[in-house]
Amino acid sequence: MSAAPARPRPLIDALLPVAALVIALMLFSLFVAMEGQAPLEVLETIFAGAFGDAFGWQNTLLRAAPLILTGLAVAIPARAGLVIIGGEGALAFGALGAAAAALALAGSPNPVIWLGMALAGMLAGGLLIGFAGALRQWRGVNETISSLLISYIAVALMNHFVEGPLRDPASLNKPSTLPLAPEAMLGNLPGLDVHVGLAVGLVCAVLAWVFLRFTIWGFTVRVVGGNPRAAAMAGLAVTPWVIGLCAAGGAMAGLAGMLEVAAVHGSCNASVLVGYGHAGILIAFIARQNPLAVIPAAILIGGIGAAGSLLQRRLDMPDATVLVLQGILFVVLIAMETLRGRAWRMPQLPAPRLAKATPAPEEPA
Amino acid sequence: MQDRSRFSRRNFIKAAAAAPALALLPAAVRDAIAAGGITVGFIYVGARDDFGYNQAHAQAAAALKKLPGVKVIEEEKVAETVAVQKSMEAMIVQDKAAVIFATSFGYFDPHVLKVAAKYPKAHIAHCGGMWTEGKHPKNVASYFGYIDECQYLNGVVAGLTSKTGKFGFVAAKPIPQVLRNINAFTMGARSVNPNATTRVIFTGDWAMPVKEAEAANSLLDQGCDVLTCHVDGPKVVVETAERRGAFSCGYHASQAKLAPKGYLTGAEWDWVTPNTTFAKALQEGKPFPNFVRGGLKEGFVKMSPYGAAVGEKARKAADDVKAKMLKGEFVIFKGPLKDNTGKEVIPAGKSFAQQAIELEGMNYLVEGVIGSV
Repeated sequence: MSAAPARPRPLIDALLPVAALVIALMLFSLFVAMEGQAPLEVLETIFAGAFGDAFGWQNTLLRAAPLILTGLAVAIPARAGLVIIGGEGALAFGALGAAAAALALAGSPNPVIWLGMALAGMLAGGLLIGFAGALRQWRGVNETISSLLISYIAVALMNHFVEGPLRDPASLNKPSTLPLAPEAMLGNLPGLDVHVGLAVGLVCAVLAWVFLRFTIWGFTVRVVGGNPRAAAMAGLAVTPWVIGLCAAGGAMAGLAGMLEVAAVHGSCNASVLVGYGHAGILIAFIARQNPLAVIPAAILIGGIGAAGSLLQRRLDMPDATVLVLQGILFVVLIAMETLRGRAWRMPQLPAPRLAKATPAPEEPA
Repeated sequence: MQDRSRFSRRNFIKAAAAAPALALLPAAVRDAIAAGGITVGFIYVGARDDFGYNQAHAQAAAALKKLPGVKVIEEEKVAETVAVQKSMEAMIVQDKAAVIFATSFGYFDPHVLKVAAKYPKAHIAHCGGMWTEGKHPKNVASYFGYIDECQYLNGVVAGLTSKTGKFGFVAAKPIPQVLRNINAFTMGARSVNPNATTRVIFTGDWAMPVKEAEAANSLLDQGCDVLTCHVDGPKVVVETAERRGAFSCGYHASQAKLAPKGYLTGAEWDWVTPNTTFAKALQEGKPFPNFVRGGLKEGFVKMSPYGAAVGEKARKAADDVKAKMLKGEFVIFKGPLKDNTGKEVIPAGKSFAQQAIELEGMNYLVEGVIGSV
């Protein structure tokens, strides 16, 4: 920002991600050409695989469904200025909690089972990440490191319970908890081949956005995230807010774990862990920690996954191709974000030297 | 709708919608279908060049490509979740695959079952032996090999090559399939060296390179001089053994290239046999076989060629047992057999052939194995 506050340029700001996408695709084309493939054909295939037809779209949305929730698991605590990367562990804990609840509630009406599973999953995930927040507030432990390490413990505990106390004795070579009854599985959205997890994710994202943007509590969170010391001076309860937002983020990942059990696998087992929690970090950063923007970011990453499938089958390219695209896209997007909110004019001579050029309330300290 | 003109708006829209789908088919697939050939899909859970489980399947895919009238499509690193469901569906809908080989054990329930129910005309063959008559649909099949025969031979070779009589086994999870391999290896080694012991370390999951390296080093530190393993990618274990001057026996595929000095031999899958069986059956319009299993004799598994470090005596001993296995005269699991706590697990006079159901639920480690499930 220059000395006088820059005028907001909503159009330019809105175009930044588009520009990033174009630049990333150009760089990717260059890479593809160097590998001896025709870039246009590759890009065409990527588009066809992800968004080309109804099958592609549903493939993309199905993959995006859990990613919206794991993206929120990072984005929500980020509003309080925390970088939480333990989503995978919260998902594991959520899946375990949900599977345990399903066992306890077996025989109840389906809505009771689903509600119980969802609450147990959210509670398990929330406790896990809430603990990382508590460690930070009360013991001064860096929440990024602690959430990652706690995540490893959570995955180990999940494996222990799945292979030990909660194991279905009939699951010989793939240790799993007792499966849900087929009629107790969550179904698809009407008219779509995508399970209800997508709707759950969308609702959570919109709710989180409304809460953080339009309520007095959302304003409180922005103050806490912007400057905790000032917030404390103003009499705001910083510690409960920080821990609470961590727990809310963990609950989102826990809910994703519950949905994997209730809508996809039918039981808790090692297949639940396929890196959705880690992908959530990427998505939250692409979305600039904005809960609403998490939705398109998750669809983008889901689409890249769907595209990878077609790319392998049509052009015999390795799976790593789309990882390269994902990497380039991520770097370019983050780099372009530094241009957001800049005053677009030639620098005047005694150029003011300022470290940051982002609007204050948007960015955590 | 029947009595209306065939050129109704609805039909036109249908045709217009279908046209791009057809155009989406690559020329090679269209030609193959036109020529009466079939398309075969392979789905791997990991990288197809992992020197292990997935590579063994990819080798079979490469062999199938050479068959006349067979077009092969592949997808690697497909997770055991909705991703594999969508990949299978895409192969069925977009590529018109006649049969899909879903090669990871975790693909079966619920993913293979769900897609098979949705597309009753498609065929999915799953690697792992889960298909049960009456319980699972007829368009699903299981194929698997009795690789414990090769692990027994690994044990014989290791037993006659080792100086310390101590062996290290890096294993993923204490599940029946893995325990059976550990036990077969140990029994093979003890058949030629009754004092031999196998130390087991479970890493907890199928692909844990860092833990596998730690386990391998720890086993070597304990005096083991031959390592083998049952994890998805034996690369790390074999390389660690080689670097530290120890011997290794391979698993899944050949890792001989990774350890030119210390690689003794290895237990390898030979999936070409079952894969060809399925492809041929569909090509010739024969019924789809639902349950295909076999060992050395049937050509489902094979041994890596002996490495330079394997002496004449070890070669001869292993070849003798192998000859018996090829004739179907050799039984690995027979009584009296004790587990490593001293409990009798197979009483004297009882013997289990490879297909015995009792072996499918194995939950013990035999005498001579140091470790617990």
